[in-house]
Amino acid sequence: MPRWLYGPAVVGLAFLTLPVVALIARADWASVPTAITSPAAVAALTLSVKCGLAAVAVCLVLGVPLALLLARHDTIVTRVIRALVTLPLVMPPLVGGIALLYLLGRRGLAGQYLDLWFGITIPFSTAAVVIAESFVAMPFLVIAVEGALRTAGTSYETVAATLGASRWTVFRRVTLPLVLPGLASGTVLCLARALGEFGATALFAGNSAGVTRTMPLLIYTSFNGGGADQDAAIALSLLLVAVAIVFLLLIRGWRPETRQ
Amino acid sequence: MIRDTAPRRKVSAVAGLLAVAALTLAGCGAGTDAAGASSAASESSSQTVGASSEAPSGTESSGVAGQASGAADGLSGSLTVFAAASLKATFDRLRTTYVEQHPDVDFPEISYDGSSTLVEQIRQGAPADVFASADEKNMDKIKDLVTDRVDFATNTLQIAVAPGNPKGIASLADLARDGVVTVICAAQVPCGAASHKALDAAGVTLEPASEEENVNAVLTKVASGDADAGLVYATDVNSSGGEVEGVDFPQAAEAVNTYPIAVLSDSRNQAAARAFVELVTGDAGQQVLAAVGFGKP
Repeated sequence: MPRWLYGPAVVGLAFLTLPVVALIARADWASVPTAITSPAAVAALTLSVKCGLAAVAVCLVLGVPLALLLARHDTIVTRVIRALVTLPLVMPPLVGGIALLYLLGRRGLAGQYLDLWFGITIPFSTAAVVIAESFVAMPFLVIAVEGALRTAGTSYETVAATLGASRWTVFRRVTLPLVLPGLASGTVLCLARALGEFGATALFAGNSAGVTRTMPLLIYTSFNGGGADQDAAIALSLLLVAVAIVFLLLIRGWRPETRQ
Repeated sequence: MIRDTAPRRKVSAVAGLLAVAALTLAGCGAGTDAAGASSAASESSSQTVGASSEAPSGTESSGVAGQASGAADGLSGSLTVFAAASLKATFDRLRTTYVEQHPDVDFPEISYDGSSTLVEQIRQGAPADVFASADEKNMDKIKDLVTDRVDFATNTLQIAVAPGNPKGIASLADLARDGVVTVICAAQVPCGAASHKALDAAGVTLEPASEEENVNAVLTKVASGDADAGLVYATDVNSSGGEVEGVDFPQAAEAVNTYPIAVLSDSRNQAAARAFVELVTGDAGQQVLAAVGFGKP
């Protein structure tokens, strides 16, 4: 790379890391252990991890087929679908939350029938958290996997098919292994996004300890309290950062770097 | 190194990852609310910067226009007001009145947000001249940064219910009934602190479906029908335009919120700031506040 590009690269790195450094510097370390082991923190972290993993599962089950659909067809319709899929990316998550409320809320487009026919109400439930997180996180997975699928091309699949492999076998034995790196990075982004999700969750799922109060909601609630609560908010933020890093490392470790 | 040996596929996977990461930045809400708050902060501070950089020209025009209109009372420069979100309707009107009375003062839009958010912004150096808080606790947090503090209004809680009160809610005890979905503010924000005080006074133990971050979120949940009832301020019910109905309850008297207003000690325009505080505490201000349901301090 040209030498002079190191300058902006270093500035970029500083820009991304210094805020976290400031957070660490501002932390009241004496209170950190109590803050991150408090029952409220443990409940929120457990909920965050559970919901995050559930959201990733939803995204994988629904997102990979969607990515395949987008990568293997190129028509006006798929282009429209792609635009629709990326919509949650450009939408402020708060708007996503409002939209989910209007769809699945007790008087929402679909929610009113869920309530009327099955007695199911989704807002204020843990399911609502998973739905909100999946909504904002899935586009990341779809885009990453679709990119990988396009790069991989169809030649290996074609060969496998001519050798007599069924469509399902081709998908399982050829397509999926080929896009594994893309799938891994997509999963990382998807999980990171789900763990950090705040806006849509706050609006759609609400804020109830142990049910819908994930880490970001607990952090915001604590931060609003001021004083000792704010110290707790900072400690919790650091905990969330640490958890996210652990997940990133785990998935990186699993990612088959040398496969190709 | 890597770029020489790695196949193209890998490079493009990384590129894809980068592209998506860039999108994350663009669409990311992680900080959303935080982002909302901080963007509000930067907005308000940039407004202030704009305002103060325009100050000299404002001063100049005051010399001319002020003399010409005869309305000059020596007030000029810029004025930045931070006020609790629940004051929006009233303070917007009072701002208009102020600008009419003091045309030479450059008075940009008031910054409204949760009191605790505004306090944090002021602590971090956001240049405000006047701060109006929705409770005494938040004003106390910056008591060494303000002068001329005075209480100017009170607000009482009401139970917000759907129009027509379909669940027949008449008291705080009804909120704890089976089949009634109740939302309240989180204990950390003023309306939540007041709600808990009232519930304690009534001896009601409530398991709310959600503890919202601000009073507007409670109102939204009741207005959308996702909650049957919520504890909000009387003024919020008043300004909801009929989307919710208010139910009074006796314990509200135990949890009256007092709104203090003060001039920031660091204000570079103390005179203009004091004039605004006087407007709010004076007859004109009190009338506007009373009209939407605020009480006298």
